[in-house]
Amino acid sequence: MMSEPVIRHIPDRLNSRAHRTVRSWETLLLAVAVAIFVVNSFASPYFLNAWNLSDATFNFTEKAMIAFAMALLIIAGEIDLSVASIIALASTAMGLAVQYGAGTPELVVIGLGVGLLCGAFNAVFVTVLGLPSIVVTIGTMSLFRGISYIILGDGAFNGYPPGFAWFGQGYIYWVFTVEMLFFVIIAVTFGVILHKTNFGRAVYAIGNNPTAALFSGLRVQRVKFILFLMTGLMSGFAAICLTSRLGSTRPSIAMGMELEVVTMVVLGGVSILGGSGSIPGVVIAAFVMGLVTFGLGLLNVPGIVMSIFIGALLIGVIALPRLVSMAAHRRRHG
Amino acid sequence: MPVVSMDAITKTFPGVVALDRVRLDLYPGQVTALVGENGAGKSTTVKVLTGIYQPDDGTIRVDGAPVRFANPNDAAAAGITAIHQETVLFDELCVAENIFIGHAPRTRFGLIDTAEMHRAARVLLDEIGAPFATTTLLRELGIASKHLVAIARALSVDARVVIMDEPTAALSHKEIEELYDLVETLKSQGKAILFISHKFDEIFRIADRFTVFRDGAFVADGLISDIDANTLVRMMVGRAVDQIYPPRTPDLGDTVLQVVGYAHPTEFADIGFTLRRGEILGFYGLIGAGRSEFMQALFGITRPTKGVCKIDGAIRIIRSPADAVANGIVYVPEDRGKQGAVIGLPIFQNITLPSLHRTSHAGFLRMAEEFKLAREYAQRLDLRAASLDLDVGNLSGGNQQKVVIAKWLATQPRVIILDEPTKGIDIGSKAAVHEFMAELAAQGLAVIMVSSEIPEVIGMSDRVIVMRDGRIAAELSGDDLTPETLVRHAAGIAAAPQLQGA
Amino acid sequence: MLRLIPLRETILFGAICLLLTLVATRFPGFVAPSNLARVFNDTAPLIILALGQMVVILTRCIDLSVAANLALTGMVVAMINVALPDLPVAAILVIAVVLGAALGAINGILVWKLSIPPIVVTLGTMTIFRGSIFLISDGTWVNSHEMTDAFTAFPRAVALGLPMLSWAAILTVIVFAVMMARTPLGRSIFAVGGNPHAAVYTGINVGKTQFLAFVISGALAGLAGYLWVARYAVAYVDIATGFELEVVAACVIGGISIAGGVGSVAGAVLGAIFLGVVKNALPVVDISPFWQLAISGSAILIAVSFNARAGRKKGRIILKSAGVR
Repeated sequence: MMSEPVIRHIPDRLNSRAHRTVRSWETLLLAVAVAIFVVNSFASPYFLNAWNLSDATFNFTEKAMIAFAMALLIIAGEIDLSVASIIALASTAMGLAVQYGAGTPELVVIGLGVGLLCGAFNAVFVTVLGLPSIVVTIGTMSLFRGISYIILGDGAFNGYPPGFAWFGQGYIYWVFTVEMLFFVIIAVTFGVILHKTNFGRAVYAIGNNPTAALFSGLRVQRVKFILFLMTGLMSGFAAICLTSRLGSTRPSIAMGMELEVVTMVVLGGVSILGGSGSIPGVVIAAFVMGLVTFGLGLLNVPGIVMSIFIGALLIGVIALPRLVSMAAHRRRHG
Repeated sequence: MPVVSMDAITKTFPGVVALDRVRLDLYPGQVTALVGENGAGKSTTVKVLTGIYQPDDGTIRVDGAPVRFANPNDAAAAGITAIHQETVLFDELCVAENIFIGHAPRTRFGLIDTAEMHRAARVLLDEIGAPFATTTLLRELGIASKHLVAIARALSVDARVVIMDEPTAALSHKEIEELYDLVETLKSQGKAILFISHKFDEIFRIADRFTVFRDGAFVADGLISDIDANTLVRMMVGRAVDQIYPPRTPDLGDTVLQVVGYAHPTEFADIGFTLRRGEILGFYGLIGAGRSEFMQALFGITRPTKGVCKIDGAIRIIRSPADAVANGIVYVPEDRGKQGAVIGLPIFQNITLPSLHRTSHAGFLRMAEEFKLAREYAQRLDLRAASLDLDVGNLSGGNQQKVVIAKWLATQPRVIILDEPTKGIDIGSKAAVHEFMAELAAQGLAVIMVSSEIPEVIGMSDRVIVMRDGRIAAELSGDDLTPETLVRHAAGIAAAPQLQGA
Repeated sequence: MLRLIPLRETILFGAICLLLTLVATRFPGFVAPSNLARVFNDTAPLIILALGQMVVILTRCIDLSVAANLALTGMVVAMINVALPDLPVAAILVIAVVLGAALGAINGILVWKLSIPPIVVTLGTMTIFRGSIFLISDGTWVNSHEMTDAFTAFPRAVALGLPMLSWAAILTVIVFAVMMARTPLGRSIFAVGGNPHAAVYTGINVGKTQFLAFVISGALAGLAGYLWVARYAVAYVDIATGFELEVVAACVIGGISIAGGVGSVAGAVLGAIFLGVVKNALPVVDISPFWQLAISGSAILIAVSFNARAGRKKGRIILKSAGVR
């Protein structure tokens, strides 16, 4: 007790960093990614082509931008299913602005602004009114895209200014696209935020135990508000990239993308229940999904069959560790 | 001849031997108290008897014959039911359904016979003197009434063995007396009762027999009439523990905290007091008196509708825990697991959580600084853990409490509020916490201690505020501070024939 | 259990009546019984699926694969009908329900035995089921002229003034009303969602109950699958895309709490009817159908806000003056 002269020494860590890294989800996923890469390069002669690979990145760059923000949100114990609809609304707003003669800078501001506003809208329902984010964002998912339909009907907006195409169709250098650059910048930014800042620590604490986090003096509602703003903002940015790449806007743009984003996040090792996960994991998951999609595309597999692979991959990657530990448990207890 | 016995039962979990060849016999018409510190194996025993866990070794016998409970249904079929501390029933279902869920009476077509169910429920409720209707939703009842529903459920399965796990934890004195009467009724019906409690006065009042476990092993059993409290404690702990509280010479400093007129529409009103540096102020009261509610308002978790809070003389508005911490007021909550420690995060991150602005630089984490801070306070509190980056959920209750306290001490507070700091902690760690509190006060911290244990309140506090029904009933110190006055003010009992106060 | 006036459902019923009144001012023919019956018939698949989803949500799960399940079973029975035109409709119905149940069982097993969170499981099976439609049909459609008359006529066959499609919905409602109120399975569904921890203590197998919930949801999706392809006389990969969200919306609007344990058959049915009325009323009052999505989104937000306020726990009443304890 207090009067003991001996100070008990507790080591900081039991396992070395190398040990911890090897046994992690990210390593497993990386192995899967490498395996898929190898299989693909044997499956199709067109795979190991720099320009093809570059085109393939468009499969995942926009989704990944949102996935990074979504990862933080899910780690904190919430979810945002309205992201694809925010893309639709932001894209519609930009298209509308173009009809009124807006130039590229204005379009960027509008795209990001609409994203932020939608994020704030979600945030108010979840943090101020205290409603479960899954139903709120199922509601706003319909509402945001619904507004796009009201504005645009079954038409489309075209006529984007030439400068605008830089976002989604531009190249930085050789095969490296502008979107890749954004991907890297956003990945690094969110990685630093989640793993190296007080804010990121708060995200983990809130995801593990929001009550204890509140009782520890963390501003839980403010953190969640900011997280929704971030998913909104990233959706707005993804809208800019996607619209710029397609050169047009329809209300059905990015339909179904929210589920692909969630798949990417969960595949990346983020627990859907909150409290754990990492950005490197999501990066690898983005590559995995991109490789699978690209590889299957080269084999002329139709999109809808591709998604069988993605669905199976999602379930398989989560089921496998559990099956292994169940088998081990059974072996131990005869 | 015991109704149920556990014979050399062993139960292990990865890394932990929860029960090691333990023995337990329950006799019809008698109350057996199961006594032991936290971690002694009491709750595992309950789970083995109710079929939630299956023992790895040993035999359970019913009426002498060996049985095997593969699941809770088997145990229920054998006549064993349990009433737990927190009611494990269904808030959204009505009383009758709660009594009969899992074994509701059926009509000819296999459907549930609701009319019969309500009728039978009414009979059971009348048997135990429960006044509420069978159609009442469970969430509309108070905890004592919920216990009655649990007991009615036990009767409905014609239980032969009733296990009561800390049933009086949340009951008022009157409700506790009613529970004792109920136990007598059950005894007279020939049921065997397993009574788990750490309150010695209860054990000696109600139990006929005792069984002591320590660290998962059987220590002794026998008749209560053959034993006394000290021997029981020694058997529980393995050493004589005097319930002596650390001697203190309070060196009171300036007034650090002044609370005036704190009120909330439904929870408390007119709360005001002063607190000086170096002082330990006890808050006593019955469960539900409003003490924790007030503390949480003081700490900024909830918002009072009225009230002024002055710290070191200056008025401060506290609207969130972050505000409170910034002003030097910290709160160690009663519910360690849910409110105190962030299970899932490692120990060192728990300790540094409110202090990140000091260990970090411009919002960026600095791990070396964090480990340094965590190490310092872990050592100060004599934390027992294999490493600082272990998940805090792996620690025992006492060590988790140390982490929570360490977390707050690291913020260098002025006022520390401890809400039931030694609840659910074994005797050895209790003493450590008490010594530590005394040390904190000696160092100039102001300590507020909310406690429902009279010896602790009297032994540790310089002054005691008694709350009743959301208001301050009395402020006691010195010679006035006796168990009788505490209970009197807490329960609103008059000392002599005179008009009863509100 | 049976509260005399369930508040949530009554308000929802009132909202529907209000909606009907508003529409009637513009177009009185809308509230004619024959039209109301038509609207009900149109909403029947949604009602059927909403009941299945209700059971799943009550047990604290969610099933995003219902629409894909519907589409897959629909395609399968359509193809069976093309291959075996003499197979009676009754057999087709059985096959549809059994197949749907089997698909639901896949979800159920993954949730029960592998403890994978339901949202993840059904996200995965959603795409797997949908993709499988392409695999078995090679992307081709099954058109009405390929289906037998018996196959397509069944949902439209009128009995006692209502088409069989409506009767299917009505029957499902009755079965579920009885099941949820009066069978041990139904009560344990509420128990599992309300307090899974306590459910274990009362001997209810939480995982198994959730498994059964998914099987039920899948079976209903299978049933709706046949009814859908038969009624619209076409089967292809994309039928009912996005429908799963309408189904969840119907439940949410109907007061089924996403947290589990709270909700009612009446609520799910009324939620579905609300959406059905909106959908059918829009063209009639000259509001473009493009407003439908935004309206149902707003309805969800309003319903959730309202239900959350209503269910909010008041602070503990401690002060004697504040109320009777």
